[in-house]
Amino acid sequence: MNLTLRIWRQQNASADGEMRTYQVSGISPDMSFLEMLDTLNETLIERDEEPVAFDHDCREGICGACGMVINGQAHGPERTTTCQLHMRHFADGDTIDIEPWRAAAFPVVRDLVVDRSAFDRVIGAGGYITAPTGAAPEAHATPVPKPAADAAFTHAECIGCGACVAACPNGSAMLFTSAKVNHLNVLPQGAPERESRVLGMVEQMDAEGFGGCTLTGECATACPKGIPMPSIAAMNREYVRAAAKR
Amino acid sequence: MSTPYADYQDYRTGEAIADTKAPDGPIEQRWNRRRFEAKLVNPANRRKYTVIVVGTGLAGGSAGATLAEAGYHVVQFCYQDSPRRAHSVAAQGGINAAKNYRNDGDSVQRLFYDTVKGGDFRSRESNVHRLAEISTEIIDQCVAQGVPFAREYGGLLDTRSFGGVQVSRTFYARGQTGQQLLLGAYQALSRQIAAGNVEMHPRTEMLDLIVVDGRARGIVARDLLTGRIDTYFADAVVLATGGYGNVFHLSTNAKNSNATAVWRAHRRGAYFANPCFTQIHPTCIPRSGDHQSKLTLMSESLRNDGRIWVPKAAGDDRPPQDIPEDERDYYLERLYPSFGNLVPRDIASRAAKNVCDEGRGVGPGGQGVYLDFADAIARMGRAAVEEKYGNLFEMYARITAEDPYTRPMRIYPAIHYTMGGLWVDYDLMTTVPGLFAVGEANFSDHGANRLGASALMQGLADGYFVLPATLGDYLARHPHEDVDPDHPAVHEAVFAVTDRLYALLSNNGDRSPDSFHRELGELMWDECGMSRTEEGLRKALERIPELRAEFWQRIRVPGSGEALNQSLEKANRVADHLELAELMCLDALHRTESCGGHFREESRTADGEAARQDEEFGYAAAWEFTGVGAAPVLHKEALDFEYVHPTQRSYT
Amino acid sequence: MRTLWGSTIGKKTVMAVTGLLMLAYLLVHMFANLKVFFGPEEMNGYAHWLRTLGEPLLRHGWFLWIARVVLLAAVVLHGVSAYQLSRRDIAARPVKYQHQRRQASYATRTMRWGGIILALFIVWHVLDLTTGTVNPRGQEGHPYENIVAGFQNWYANVIYSVAMLAVGLHIRHGFWSAAQTLGVTRPGAARLLKAGATLLALVITAGFLSVPIGVMTGVVN
Repeated sequence: MNLTLRIWRQQNASADGEMRTYQVSGISPDMSFLEMLDTLNETLIERDEEPVAFDHDCREGICGACGMVINGQAHGPERTTTCQLHMRHFADGDTIDIEPWRAAAFPVVRDLVVDRSAFDRVIGAGGYITAPTGAAPEAHATPVPKPAADAAFTHAECIGCGACVAACPNGSAMLFTSAKVNHLNVLPQGAPERESRVLGMVEQMDAEGFGGCTLTGECATACPKGIPMPSIAAMNREYVRAAAKR
Repeated sequence: MSTPYADYQDYRTGEAIADTKAPDGPIEQRWNRRRFEAKLVNPANRRKYTVIVVGTGLAGGSAGATLAEAGYHVVQFCYQDSPRRAHSVAAQGGINAAKNYRNDGDSVQRLFYDTVKGGDFRSRESNVHRLAEISTEIIDQCVAQGVPFAREYGGLLDTRSFGGVQVSRTFYARGQTGQQLLLGAYQALSRQIAAGNVEMHPRTEMLDLIVVDGRARGIVARDLLTGRIDTYFADAVVLATGGYGNVFHLSTNAKNSNATAVWRAHRRGAYFANPCFTQIHPTCIPRSGDHQSKLTLMSESLRNDGRIWVPKAAGDDRPPQDIPEDERDYYLERLYPSFGNLVPRDIASRAAKNVCDEGRGVGPGGQGVYLDFADAIARMGRAAVEEKYGNLFEMYARITAEDPYTRPMRIYPAIHYTMGGLWVDYDLMTTVPGLFAVGEANFSDHGANRLGASALMQGLADGYFVLPATLGDYLARHPHEDVDPDHPAVHEAVFAVTDRLYALLSNNGDRSPDSFHRELGELMWDECGMSRTEEGLRKALERIPELRAEFWQRIRVPGSGEALNQSLEKANRVADHLELAELMCLDALHRTESCGGHFREESRTADGEAARQDEEFGYAAAWEFTGVGAAPVLHKEALDFEYVHPTQRSYT
Repeated sequence: MRTLWGSTIGKKTVMAVTGLLMLAYLLVHMFANLKVFFGPEEMNGYAHWLRTLGEPLLRHGWFLWIARVVLLAAVVLHGVSAYQLSRRDIAARPVKYQHQRRQASYATRTMRWGGIILALFIVWHVLDLTTGTVNPRGQEGHPYENIVAGFQNWYANVIYSVAMLAVGLHIRHGFWSAAQTLGVTRPGAARLLKAGATLLALVITAGFLSVPIGVMTGVVN
């Protein structure tokens, strides 16, 4: 396959960026999207140009490092991570636009790399259960109803890639934050900190400059792990409940 | 060409090394005794001590969180943009613990026994017993943190059996156990970061160790965004940087996993133990072409119902459905009638390699064998197969665009885990005082072969429970003193780092870092992979120094060192791989026995299986660095087996 | 309360509650409007009754004033929250994607413009039929006649019809959105709520539009 790529290039956080056009040839349909970019980068190094910077690590869809907006869609046309998107979903001769995640809370660091540390600070504001090592009761001391355990797992699947923020027209992190809140709040172990958790995390989320939710549903459509929209509603309820108790 | 490289193979055997920290006495009392005999740091004094932790996977994340909870000042590093992305996240299967919730006869004793035997008698009994003891506490800890393990309808934890063990002791969270356990550790760590007890440096890579007056006192690290080189000082340094599987280029490791931290530590005096013990996983998705950048593993539970076969005739390139039953070779069932498709990882892997070497491999490049579910679907029905393996089939279909329900999957072995690592004593301290290694970065617990679902157990045991107890003893014996930032050792370490980066950036050659990585990886896979021969290893030992010389002549790294430069990061890691690879081959060459993940063609039983040689090789090989390309010194740690007596494995 | 007003979720909650309140009011208002089809006595009688509501506990006309104050508060809170949230949302996504792609439904994308249209309409509507300032007749106590007179102007019909279409779209997304904001998560609720929102939007828009159509076609005169 031969492709035309239009890629956002930006030297650093303060520099202006632009879309630049590249041609790549000899792309196999079995390549992953990132392997296609590897191929481009090898040719750029050969020409002594700087390769395109992009975050990636596990390349099996679980670490959440990779992510770019491909033809206007976070992680591209398939519902998966960029590393698990394969070139067979494109056609020979296609032009592909590749841009970084766009959100005020995710400043571009270089090319397609953005700073998602805001997510870590949201977690630090309450996204944990205080359980100092060694103080834990026997695992079977508190049975967890299977539906609660399954619900917790569904939310816990979030890989923190940021596609929800990138896809949201408001740059909102509600889907991410709600996944994290609900994962812990539905479990009996998470109950003692239920209120402080949701209040703290939402406050931090707002402080990071993420937008609010207008229920467009773009986040859940883009989410490679299928975190569902009602996750947001559940967090809203937790939040109002906690605020009322305060 | 003259062979200046022969020097390297001419290693010397130095003084034996011994683990002096493990107490003697009955094995089940050793850990308790060690904890009791360890000196304690007064809680009020703990904040005066700074501990550097490099890496934020299961071992590093749990260690950082626990040490900070205990009151130490922790300074932690990871190269990823967030501590939550360390490659522990990708572990699928589960975590072992001797809870005996199934009432199926499990016990600490049995987990201990299984692990020593599974490690093919090359691990340390006291360490393994401690691991088995701690395993139960890990589950308690993780449940308290909110890890959503699979549960039964009664609300209690579910377990499954794994890796040929006869009890059901593996706790799991669907196929994402590693992710869930890592989130638990990461959340605990995040709490400490927010509380100001952990100073977290993401996107910062350790490039050297600072050793002052014989003790590890800090690191040199590079901020990957700004390129800034900084020194960080501490009272102790903990390496939790994972394994070195990426020496092979194609592995199931993350793309950026690397050996730089452990290799730099080795160069600064930490012995490297058993580097040739690498594990190969039999059920990975084969490479689809030269562009392949990494390999993806599928849970080996697939072998419970799938049948492995290749065509009987070499070069048979008909589609699988056109190959009649009597022209198929179900070679595992033929060779190992009693275990069939469920033989251990190393045996299944080698058998696949053998049939492919005979020209009977399938798929692109003949590097694959079929894993066929046609019989399982006929027997159980498609729905049942879907229920059991649906997510794996989906993953396979996504990557290969083939439907595993109608066409057999293609699988091939891949490098997955490294049992070798920095030599550590019972306290997890390396031969450099004050330098500790936890998780996959150290060597001790898995011997020559790791059992499934034991890596997560070991990482968390080290980080949550072992290190916090033993590190205190070291700190209590070494009251805090500031490091002089102008100490020559500090300048020397910084200079070594900047000098090397400058050399990479200014070379302006004609080959990319990746091209060298691929070439090294192919060489290692061919000569130091699933099976090894003296001839092949000597060939590799000649080629690696040449390749290393070529690397420094021809490497090209575009861009500058003062910004995010992923080519520079990669080149720097490949440079270390080029040194470590040599030690791996030497270790493999010197160990003329076959054991665990290390298979020497020359050491086989009459029926062709691996033959261990306990009298000669019943030791852990700890290597001392003497210079790049210079022969290292071998220090042997004798392994005594008081409780589990060595036997030869047999699966026929 | 301060926590609520200080956060994005809190402001959304305020919008949801005030929105539902106004929606309930609209339903009653729309239903009452249909009295126009039964002649001046029915309509004017109803308007008079509204002023006597709550008597003798309340004095004459008090109920209406209380309702007006509550509604005004709802409109202001709704509007201020929307304004603040919108500013925040726009600031949270300062750079647009070069590769533009249609996102979300029409109703979703028009919430902001629809809201502004409705705010302007409310001002005009009050001046037209409450104070009578811009109404060609503007006779107090005679809403029926005022309505008929008002819809004699083509531009009044246009303004009114555009606003009623806007209110329909606003309700269609707003009702479902409010339910989410207030935390409705029951499985299957989403489809029911979306269907309910569409039904409400249709009924309210059709009900309100029937009045000018009735005047224009001469059914009401």
